[in-house]
Amino acid sequence: MERSRAEASDAQLVAALRDGDEDTFRLLVREWNASLLRVAQIFVPSRAVAEEVVQDTWLRVLGAVDRFEGRSSLKTWVFRILVNTAKTRAQREGRSLPFSALNDPARIPEAAVDPDRFLPADDDRHPGAWAVPPRALPEERLLAAETRDVVRQAIEALPPTQRAVISLRDVEGWSADEVRNALDVSEVNQRVLLHRARARVRHSLEDYLAPEEA
Amino acid sequence: MIDAVALGCQEFVELVTAYLEGGLDAADHRRFDEHLADCGDCTEYLEQIRQTIRVTGSLRPEDLSADAEEALIKAFRDWRRR
Repeated sequence: MERSRAEASDAQLVAALRDGDEDTFRLLVREWNASLLRVAQIFVPSRAVAEEVVQDTWLRVLGAVDRFEGRSSLKTWVFRILVNTAKTRAQREGRSLPFSALNDPARIPEAAVDPDRFLPADDDRHPGAWAVPPRALPEERLLAAETRDVVRQAIEALPPTQRAVISLRDVEGWSADEVRNALDVSEVNQRVLLHRARARVRHSLEDYLAPEEA
Repeated sequence: MIDAVALGCQEFVELVTAYLEGGLDAADHRRFDEHLADCGDCTEYLEQIRQTIRVTGSLRPEDLSADAEEALIKAFRDWRRR
């Protein structure tokens, strides 16, 4: 996706938008809309409301593009506008912000792997070693359409913060820094959310591709 | 050998993302590599996280509906006439 506008710098994109270039606008909408929606759903879980927030965001972006100074990347700037728009909307709807889920995820502990799959910490010989080791995933089924559906569903079922981070990092291919800047989260918290999301998706893959024998 | 700083499997799985992100300090990185070298189960776990990243990376981002895109383009044209 990045390829489509790889040659255009932020300055060129902004200049084109200010000139009213519709193709540039369409390109950006196609490139970022799915991600904007994911991030909006952190704050407003309803799909319909999140879509409205994204629409509002684009209008605000257009309204403010003359004042864009390039102190951050265009992408970061657009996502910051989205986050602010979504927060305002969430407040209006009387929702408390998922502040701790985004800014302090470690406060709510979550193991990457079910603790029951390890020997207890006071085991005589192998404390904390695997008791129920991961079952190998058949490589040839990994990229089958059904497997990808399982992964898609697993991502949908994640808590919204984890879903947003794994979508941006692993589906859209953003860097850790881009996600940090767009969501205004710390490096550590970005990593915690990504870690948990990948662990949950891995678990779904294992359950589907290598189910426990009855 | 009694090694107070050796990594257990349960600790290993919690460090996998930091390892892949290049976020472990030198000491933890060494403990991680040492554990990896002689634990087949954790080698498998790390491989499965890589497989997970690969499958997730094969998903296409959701396309915008044609209606939603046209609504935005219309808003853009209105804005252009400002």
